[in-house]
Amino acid sequence: MTSQNHSKQREPLIRMVKRDHLPAKKAWLIRIIGLLLALVVCAVLIFSITKLNPLKVYTTMFGGAFGSTRRSWQTIREAMMLLCVSLGLAPAFMMRFWNIGAEGQILVGGVATAGCMIYLGDKLPSILLFAVMLIGSIAAGALWGFLPAFFKARFGTNETLFTLMMNYIAIQLTSYFVAVWEKPYGSNSVGIINSDTNAGWFKPLFGQQYGWNVVIVLVLTFAMYFYLKFSKQGYEIQVVGESENTARYAGINVKHVIIRTMLISGAICGLSGFLAVAGSGHTISVSTAGGRGFTAIIVAWLSKFNSFVMILFAFLLAFLERGASEIASKFNLNDYASEMIEGIILFFVLGSEFFINYKLIFRTKEHAQNETLKEEAHS
Amino acid sequence: MILTQTAETKASAIQMRGITKTFGEVIANNSINLDIRYGEVLSLLGENGSGKTTLMNMLSGIYFPDAGEILVNGEPVIIRSPKDAFDLKIGMIHQHFKLVDVFTAAENITLGSQQKGRYDKKEVARRVREICSKYGFEVNPEQKVYTMTVSQKQTLEIVKVLYGGADILILDEPTAVLTLQETEKLFSVIRNMRADGKAIVIITHKLNEVLAVSDRVSILRHGEYIDTVNTKDATEASLTEMMVGKKIALNITRDDIPNKEKRLSVKHLSVMSPEGVKVLDDINFDLYSGEILGVAGISGCGQKELLESIAGLQKTEAGASILYYDASDAAEKQLIGTNPKQIRNLGIHLSFVPEDRLGMGLIGSMGMTGNMMLKNYADGKSLFLDRKQPKDLAEKIREELEVVTPGIQTPVRRLSGGNVQKVLVGREIAASPAVLLTAYAVRGLDINTSYTIYNLLNEQKKSGVAVVYVGEDLDVLLELCDRILVLCGGAVSGIVDGRTATKEQVGALMIKR
Repeated sequence: MTSQNHSKQREPLIRMVKRDHLPAKKAWLIRIIGLLLALVVCAVLIFSITKLNPLKVYTTMFGGAFGSTRRSWQTIREAMMLLCVSLGLAPAFMMRFWNIGAEGQILVGGVATAGCMIYLGDKLPSILLFAVMLIGSIAAGALWGFLPAFFKARFGTNETLFTLMMNYIAIQLTSYFVAVWEKPYGSNSVGIINSDTNAGWFKPLFGQQYGWNVVIVLVLTFAMYFYLKFSKQGYEIQVVGESENTARYAGINVKHVIIRTMLISGAICGLSGFLAVAGSGHTISVSTAGGRGFTAIIVAWLSKFNSFVMILFAFLLAFLERGASEIASKFNLNDYASEMIEGIILFFVLGSEFFINYKLIFRTKEHAQNETLKEEAHS
Repeated sequence: MILTQTAETKASAIQMRGITKTFGEVIANNSINLDIRYGEVLSLLGENGSGKTTLMNMLSGIYFPDAGEILVNGEPVIIRSPKDAFDLKIGMIHQHFKLVDVFTAAENITLGSQQKGRYDKKEVARRVREICSKYGFEVNPEQKVYTMTVSQKQTLEIVKVLYGGADILILDEPTAVLTLQETEKLFSVIRNMRADGKAIVIITHKLNEVLAVSDRVSILRHGEYIDTVNTKDATEASLTEMMVGKKIALNITRDDIPNKEKRLSVKHLSVMSPEGVKVLDDINFDLYSGEILGVAGISGCGQKELLESIAGLQKTEAGASILYYDASDAAEKQLIGTNPKQIRNLGIHLSFVPEDRLGMGLIGSMGMTGNMMLKNYADGKSLFLDRKQPKDLAEKIREELEVVTPGIQTPVRRLSGGNVQKVLVGREIAASPAVLLTAYAVRGLDINTSYTIYNLLNEQKKSGVAVVYVGEDLDVLLELCDRILVLCGGAVSGIVDGRTATKEQVGALMIKR
């Protein structure tokens, strides 16, 4: 390249600049615009591929999620599950500990719960049985959280790989227990546990089958909000997440905080395994976690670890999933079509976060600005 | 532009005219002019923070100047990226090497090269050897970087730049990491490259090296261009004067506090870096109440480790002792082996304003309130935070120190550098310290805020606090401090009286080797 080429070069066409701060109102406006744009893009896509009326598709989608009381409750149950896992992930991610092992933590919590139901279902009184199931699931999840935290604190191992690999151990463990508890023989599944006695099943609350799920998760939501925002331990988590050096400077025992926080994180994820088994599925399989451990990461980050905002995003994602599967069956589309819609909407929701954090500066504008600045300087 | 080429003046490689670069409020380079010529070694001399590296980074495409013009071979150019610099045959060897550890020398050399076609190992090795024999380098193309010594890595960086066809080489503090023999070897290579007609710039603050290797010296001070002189006309004394400047009267008050008491006694303090280099070497000194002890030195001479050792944040070598003498009962307390929490539990009021304000002293994402409780959030039995007290303190500091912030809940990261420092110093002083450690307390601050800080430190001194002031501006050190401890290469090269010492005296101690 010759130097003449260089003299022709100008500043880059578009530059990204990190925004200092955007008022909450504007940020929400950007999010809503993002959502609307997603719907428009989806509409174009739906029409051009399937020739269906997009509005009809959207109505069906909504109907799939909230069309009847039963459907609404299923969406609520799904949202509560997601919310519970997100609550578990929040303290870990706030500490900048990349816990992508929620999937495994849910599974081991579920396995512990199912084990208690199978072996103790007819031996213990109901209250005691629930206590053992609860403690078992929490302990199992906490162990799955403790191991990567211990190795990170002690030896500086990479928690991302560690938690990820713990997922595979949990999956293998689950398939082992599925084989042990197989019923009926040869079905390669555990089947509905205690279908005759309903031992260890959540009883309906306020006449609602999933009443307990809602109550437990909402209590946790409040607890996590106050824990992260107002407790000394929550403060420590924030400091460690911000800078380990600052934490050391403040006299915080960083290793201690890492292990403690991951015990909590794993425990809550384990608890969601308890909800999944005792509160809705009444069975255990390798798909009990169903990818929620990963979806919940999106929920936790989008809500910036604010428990109450998490409710909103948990519902959005639960709605998308239920609605998408509904249109797939209603319009005889295959699963990919509905997943595309889900994907496009998520893409735009996540994309709006980019525009909340960054602004784009175009060259022409920048030049004009520079010129005026120069003029001001001269005068 | 007309080049008048005489025997004296070599062909111009780069001309920088009126180059200005600012970072927020800080002016790193103010209208700098610089001339780099082929077949010549130019030293860029200046203290820490004088803007040398910033200036060169605008040639290597890392920064883009706010104003000014750059000419390469007489043609005006715009350098937007390292690739542009590469195309203009400008190569920079950074202080921190940019090599891939698990790659071999040859792989690192070809990394990022724009050559089309197949990667020909043999051809690369042949060309590397050719360059090596031409200039006297020793590089084994097959050696992995992680097995190399620091000096070998540096050699590799230079070869890499030459392999890319650079005619203009910029070396940022090349000797900082080298032993004496390695430095000699580097200089002979530099002389070979000069003989070959390359234009070479070395960024440095070591006067003996300037005199040994360069043809001309350009001096920067506080982001300003001072002068360019021929090395043969310069002496250490004349260069020192240009580098540190004439003594400026700052009119900082300095009271003499009677009845000083010994507060801290540091003995045989040595610290090893994680890489196994001795960064502090047998430090001994006493610190008294009612005094400001200045610590002077080129940056990276152990200042950080010294303060962090006292603050309980640094692992020290065996045999060290840091004794604290309590004012009330004169009880001796050993600080070695403690952490910040244990120091507080011993009842010692030790405040520390670290160099890295947002990375160590404060939590950038939190507001003033959240930052006020950083050190005492755990006080009391409650599981929950007491927000009332820190909130009141935040309001008080905001008012008394005139912190400019939209609100005490605004994340401190969004405040300007001076206000960030006011928050940090305010908190540390509010803890009513017996010992106050400060590192570069006025770095990057404007003149008014700097004086606010000096006044705060003086008030602390008057009330009997033992203050340590690690600084880089010799004028300030000489006007503010009662005594000045000079560090050089991790060792104490002298402790002088701040009232009688001269700038040249301290400057000489800083580079005593």
